[in-house]
Amino acid sequence: MSNYSPVKKEAAAEERALLPPVDVIEDSSGITLYADLAGVPKEKLHLQVEADTLTIEGEIDLEVPADMQVSHAEVGLPRYRRVFTLSKELDPSRVGAELKDGVLRLSIPKAEHAQPRKIEVKVL
Amino acid sequence: MMYRSLFPRDILAELDRLQREMQQGFHLSPSIRGIARGGFPAMNVGGTTQSVDIYAFAPGIDPATLDVQIEKGVLTVAGERKLDEAGEEATLHIDERFAGRFRRVVTLPDDIDPNAVGASYRNGVLRISIARKLSAQPRRITIE
Repeated sequence: MSNYSPVKKEAAAEERALLPPVDVIEDSSGITLYADLAGVPKEKLHLQVEADTLTIEGEIDLEVPADMQVSHAEVGLPRYRRVFTLSKELDPSRVGAELKDGVLRLSIPKAEHAQPRKIEVKVL
Repeated sequence: MMYRSLFPRDILAELDRLQREMQQGFHLSPSIRGIARGGFPAMNVGGTTQSVDIYAFAPGIDPATLDVQIEKGVLTVAGERKLDEAGEEATLHIDERFAGRFRRVVTLPDDIDPNAVGASYRNGVLRISIARKLSAQPRRITIE
């Protein structure tokens, strides 16, 4: 018997969402992720790390007149969602997050043991 | 000018949007300018009997550097978006966010009052609200 693993069931019941554009930059200390979440206030931003999965979710909150009729919509859904798989050398317990003017900045440091070390070469 | 897709790899959402738009038709911006898609910032346009409201999704911009103009019934939103640059020893793994100068133009309806405009920037969304001319607003007529 091969170890057959059933395909993970996608959460199909989840509401549809926009995929926000992101930049991901890595340097020796960790990974920095920027996500454009225009219209999302701090209270409606949800960040979650579960095992090795990072989920970014935000709801757009605009002041819209009650009787407004939309005539042209390029942002056609009221929420953003994007999921990333983190790699082992990252330390999800020390994720830092800032939200300013609709831009989320996440910094995910590398775990201590994964920090780069210079290996000294001994001359014998 | 090259535009990159705002919400990449989300084919289903794109198809859905397309369908919705076809059903909806264009009321406010049927012009050649009004339907430039995928540009930055993304725009939603709506209206009430009193005003026309334009929402520009422009996150991470200093509102003082935004240039918003109304001229001859055309609204122009222009500016520049500068992103934090990656250091020399950093690796850029994903690069999707818009950077650089932008300009978007929206044709406005005829009944707006270009002198009654309000603009605000909140959570990365620029909202421009333009009042309609009083003469264009609906009035109840009393029968004597």
